[in-house]
Amino acid sequence: MKEPLRITLLRHAVLLLFVAISLYPVLNVVSISLRPGDRLRSTDLSIIPPDWTFESYVKLFTEQPFLRWLGNSLVVSGVVTLTGVALASTAGYAFSRFRFIGRKATMLAILTTQMFPATMLLLPLYVLIAKLGLVDTWLGLMVFYTATALPFCVWQMKGFYDTIPASLEEAARIDGCSRAQAFWHVVLPLATPGLVITALFSFMTAWSEYIVAAQVMQDESMFTLPLGIKGFQASLSSQWGLYAAASILVSIPVVAVFLAFSKYLVNGLTVGSVKE
Amino acid sequence: MATVTIRDLHKRYAEGFHAVRGISLDIADGEFLVLVGPSGCGKSTTLRMVAGLEEVTSGEIRIGDRVVNDVAPGDRDIAMVFQNYALYPHLSVRENMAFGLTMRGTARAEIDRRVADAAAALSIEHLLARRPRELSGGQRQRVAVGRAIVREPEVFLFDEPLSNLDAKLRVQMRAELARLHRRLGTTVIYVTHDQVEAMTLGDRIVLMNHGVIQQIDAPLAIYRRPANRFVASFIGSPTMNFFPGMIRDGAFVVAGDAARLPLGPHAAGVPHGASSAGLGSGQSSALLPQGPAMLGVRPEDLVVAGDSVPFTTAVIEVAEQMGHETLAHVSVGGSSHVVRVPGDRAASPGDRLSLGVRPGGVHLFAADDEGRRLN
Repeated sequence: MKEPLRITLLRHAVLLLFVAISLYPVLNVVSISLRPGDRLRSTDLSIIPPDWTFESYVKLFTEQPFLRWLGNSLVVSGVVTLTGVALASTAGYAFSRFRFIGRKATMLAILTTQMFPATMLLLPLYVLIAKLGLVDTWLGLMVFYTATALPFCVWQMKGFYDTIPASLEEAARIDGCSRAQAFWHVVLPLATPGLVITALFSFMTAWSEYIVAAQVMQDESMFTLPLGIKGFQASLSSQWGLYAAASILVSIPVVAVFLAFSKYLVNGLTVGSVKE
Repeated sequence: MATVTIRDLHKRYAEGFHAVRGISLDIADGEFLVLVGPSGCGKSTTLRMVAGLEEVTSGEIRIGDRVVNDVAPGDRDIAMVFQNYALYPHLSVRENMAFGLTMRGTARAEIDRRVADAAAALSIEHLLARRPRELSGGQRQRVAVGRAIVREPEVFLFDEPLSNLDAKLRVQMRAELARLHRRLGTTVIYVTHDQVEAMTLGDRIVLMNHGVIQQIDAPLAIYRRPANRFVASFIGSPTMNFFPGMIRDGAFVVAGDAARLPLGPHAAGVPHGASSAGLGSGQSSALLPQGPAMLGVRPEDLVVAGDSVPFTTAVIEVAEQMGHETLAHVSVGGSSHVVRVPGDRAASPGDRLSLGVRPGGVHLFAADDEGRRLN
């Protein structure tokens, strides 16, 4: 049935409105990053100001330790992502496939950790990290981030494995695989979309986190990007140009990671393997 | 190829369910053995224990001379075809078929040769580059069979391999499996709940119920001499007619005196057409236990009286015209029964049939729950 024209127009108008709402802040930040000096406000409505300049971007790389922060963030986020994927993919498998004493209780406990707001966990986790002597170390941050991202990832992977028929593993075992080989050769390739989601989630958790990093890290040379960028904002004179330029640059790796992974985020990878 | 020997096999699950209760079986080298029974009878569990996918609670499984109870599935030299195909979706048909050989480190050239041979035997050469999701149900099942035969195993295990196919494909694949078995001569254990598959494919049938073997025999022997009432009702379509009643004074009297069948020599239950249509060597109706019993007569043995032993008269309630025959549903002694009437003979609802039992068509069972065969 063909939709009446006015409905189509209305639908597009609503969608365009939401696109505008989503894009406006980003475009505004782009605009600020291109203005000379620290002009937060402007009466000019053009996205690219008439006197645009890359001055803020150049300053970031020449006058500020931006590259160091970027490197720090990449190390922390990379390790958290790898750890998250390794632990969630194996723990999720155990919860999905094995029936052991305490399975339900453990799963519930993991779920419960998700019910507390992150700020509430800040103090106990800080105490924990302090007692472990990990304050002002990347390892402290990594432990913190992995601990907060892992529960969701484990549940997520468990749910994903549940959709992979057990008969595929049985077929693999009859074909000569050990349990571990069946996991590696058959289950893991089919869980790729789940692994991608886990990887993205772990990466994002670490990449854009500020509050925890602000508690754990004190040495400026060890700062991650959010901490470093926050330094541009001072109570009296904020360096809005640098702030905006850094914000744009920070988002580029995330967008790149999303684009690179998106082709793996396809549903129905197991279609055709078994007849339901 | 190998023999498979099962001794006093038990499977008890953690939650207490006793799925398999002490079964023993000897499967000959090259035999096609069918495990059949209703769902939950333990046939699939038995097969999965032979495959190594379920742990054995107690008992022993031997493949050839080797006890395999604690041998990993991959080291048992078996191949299995699953009901839901279980093809690896991320691999092509060729890779699916080669997977088992690759895992065992078979040489590339040997793998290619075997995959090509199996693909040719199953007419799936043109599908080798495709992924499972690009195949129809019948093609997927062929690939699953292909994956099993490239391995050239000692024993093939089939777990209801045809039950997801439509009726026409099922008949076609059934014939193909029979041909394949004739060609390869490998020992096969085949699980199904479909009695037609069991009857047409098996060298021998093992009929199970509640985790216990009810009867092991050749298909026709099971059909003609079912060991108990359960076997009699499970094998045969339409199912056997049962009449509760009594054995009394050399005759079977249907409950409520609705009908009476003299138990002469025809009560033997020996194969149709056998010259000695009596009660068998030294058996006479006088030896049958007097008292409550169950009479079983297959629809084709409950015939419109001719050269049969007169039994009763009944009015046709429903007539199902099949063309070559008509299945007439009649009521005798208050319960419904089916009579096979030849297609060229008029049979419509309301017609009164004079029914007899064909010589050799009498099956007498105990009236208790076990319902063992009496004659």
